[in-house]
Amino acid sequence: MLSADSQSNHLEPSAAANIMKLNFYNEMYDAAGSLRPHYRAYADWLAATPPERIARKRAEADIAFHRVGITFAVYGDESSQDQGKERLIPFDIIPRVIPALEWQGLHAGLRQRVKALNAFLHDIYHGQEILQAGHIPREQVLNNAQFRPEMMGIDVPAGIYAHIAGVDIVRAGEGAFYVLEDNLRVPSGVSYMIEDRKMMMRLFPELFSRHKIAPVQHYPDMLVENLRTVAPQGVVDPTVVLLTPGAYNSAYFEHTFLAQQMGVELVEGRDLFVKDDTVYMRTTQGPQRVDVIYRRLDDDFLDPLAFRKDSMLGVPGLLSAYRAGRVTLANAIGTGVADDKSIYPYVPEMVRFYLGEEPLLNNVPTWMLRKPDDLKYVLEHLPELVVKEVHGAGGYGMLVGPASTKQEIEDFRARIIAEPEKYIAQPTLALSNCPTFVESGVAPRHLDLRPFVLSGKNIDMVPGGLTRVALREGSLVVNSSQGGGTKDTWVLEN
Amino acid sequence: MLSRTADHLYWMARCTERAENLARLLDVTHQMSLVPQSVAAENQNWGAILALNSLEASFNDAYDEVNAENVLRFMVSDAKNPSSIYSCLRAARENAHAVRGTLTAETWESCNATWIELREQKFEQILSAGVGEFFDWVKLRSAVTRGVTFGTMLQDEALHFIRLGGLLERGDNTARILDVKYHVLRSNGDEGDEGTTDFYQWGALLRSLSAFEVYRKVYRDVITPARVAELLMLRMDLPRSLHACANGIVRVLDLISNSHSDETKRRAGMLHAHLHYARIEDVLAHGLHEYLTDFMDRIYDLGEGINRDFLIPAA
Repeated sequence: MLSADSQSNHLEPSAAANIMKLNFYNEMYDAAGSLRPHYRAYADWLAATPPERIARKRAEADIAFHRVGITFAVYGDESSQDQGKERLIPFDIIPRVIPALEWQGLHAGLRQRVKALNAFLHDIYHGQEILQAGHIPREQVLNNAQFRPEMMGIDVPAGIYAHIAGVDIVRAGEGAFYVLEDNLRVPSGVSYMIEDRKMMMRLFPELFSRHKIAPVQHYPDMLVENLRTVAPQGVVDPTVVLLTPGAYNSAYFEHTFLAQQMGVELVEGRDLFVKDDTVYMRTTQGPQRVDVIYRRLDDDFLDPLAFRKDSMLGVPGLLSAYRAGRVTLANAIGTGVADDKSIYPYVPEMVRFYLGEEPLLNNVPTWMLRKPDDLKYVLEHLPELVVKEVHGAGGYGMLVGPASTKQEIEDFRARIIAEPEKYIAQPTLALSNCPTFVESGVAPRHLDLRPFVLSGKNIDMVPGGLTRVALREGSLVVNSSQGGGTKDTWVLEN
Repeated sequence: MLSRTADHLYWMARCTERAENLARLLDVTHQMSLVPQSVAAENQNWGAILALNSLEASFNDAYDEVNAENVLRFMVSDAKNPSSIYSCLRAARENAHAVRGTLTAETWESCNATWIELREQKFEQILSAGVGEFFDWVKLRSAVTRGVTFGTMLQDEALHFIRLGGLLERGDNTARILDVKYHVLRSNGDEGDEGTTDFYQWGALLRSLSAFEVYRKVYRDVITPARVAELLMLRMDLPRSLHACANGIVRVLDLISNSHSDETKRRAGMLHAHLHYARIEDVLAHGLHEYLTDFMDRIYDLGEGINRDFLIPAA
């Protein structure tokens, strides 16, 4: 039997160079500069629409987003007298268009990948067969900070752990799709997907009669239906709630939006209490039982009796009620071990191991710096690589080699040498780009795609997802906290 | 409905209503100050607003003199004064923000728009444009928010708690405005109640509570203090009167009642009966100030009862 390490993808520099070539794939034009067929109708419309109308509509979108309050809070900004400053996420009116056939491929690949990830989570909290078989080094899982021993042996409804997965996908090199990361904890952004569509339909209704665009606004219906199917056994008409950290959370808008659209209560930890292993919410008519909690709160804060003692956001006793099978948490506790960057390189192996299939979606080749060979190569090639903290998220704590100064690279080198096991490295992907309105006019900007995959009795998703776009010229970081914007995502129907 | 949600809705309404009534109180004081009088008397009127809200100490910490500009600045724009119009509208918006999913889009947007527009107005601009214009703006924004709230929201518990908060605050505020102004006017006025100064002063008080035309319609006669008191306290059909507020509170408490709210309902009923069967002659003979103080105490007590029964229940 092969050992886990020898089997993982050690990269040949030539393989990496292949996707590092800096001829960016453009979503709208092919290499010869001709319009791609799925953009023809849009481009015709854009050419025929007077610039003044476009400008007016863009201003209208800005005002509308502000008035509705579709904003996100920026952490660490307390300079103004109004704490918790809110910023708009810029919205671009040029959509990202995905032809039907391409989406079919993504759809199948996403279903396969999320299915395997859920199987992995079930396995490592039960028999740990994938570790027994030696496909993943044992200590990578068991010593991972995201591994929750509290979950060992607990059976969750339908065996589903990641009910909602936000899988980040990029297109790179010649046009192939790659999974950048699997967000299995509390992925956010789906409200922007829906609001972007609403805005496009409001601003340019004529576009929707010219194209057959797959609808996305039924996502909240799918979500609540999905949550109801994973209620604890024996509950006939489950009460679903959405648990938020509160109004100062950066994604609070989304929490209120989803709760309202699903018609469920938006609760904070202090609204819930546990009695006899049953969760109740405090209502004006007395306590009411809660069966399914869609929680937008990290594991650490869920229950001060079990995890962080200083959490004011959680519910004392929640873990005990959960372990007793009296309430469902979505996502389950302990999913972070499957979307951790140190586990990411093994996902293709999970697909083969649990499903007996070849992965349909590509992983980005990844160097694991805990391995001496990988570390050596990466330290020699820092200026051309992207280095990420294993536990980092949101675009914080990463190095984008080609965009960094010598000093920044040297500072990062010191951090890597101090704790190499905390980092992974990947080639700097030549992310695809798409024409985007910027100050100087229309220019190409890099983008990614986050589809939201729902797992319950079935695995499904609305076509497309959230397209994020890096608005700074040349930037490859699309996170909203780093100045990214969004675009409506059109999956065309045949 | 979640107790916390009810709490936010209730306070959203209270804070919006409080900002509106503060604008009304400051407006009437401002208008009364336009009638010729001594500087000392005028400053006394401004000082009375601070006393009414028990804010003398915090005012004196930050300002060296009680005068029109300082009191206006403190009560309109001072973010450090929790009772200023600025702070009330910020609190209203924060409460609305916390439960925006429970509100209709129009209600939330109206509340949010008020806050956004308020932040853009610096005190110096308000002063130079004329404070009256600003007070009209506050009243208008409050009316718009109230209008979209009652015009768009489902008539369920959420709306009941919004109504309840608004009614409690309005009753309390009307009593406060009447209490502070009635005494100023009575002590200024000589024996005859129909002097020209008095006409304008009493007129300003009625206008500040949107009751001037109503007074004309109801009494078809000259303005007398007793009738003003009667109108603002005992008329059930004047929306801002104490009686109308108590009446509304009783009705809303009936709609939201639960297994432990009987005592609060009983006390609200007592308060209502107290106003319903009152005669203004008896109130004045007993002492208006005493009567109004008792009313405000009872409103406070109802607020405590509502907290206990609905908003912050023990587990």
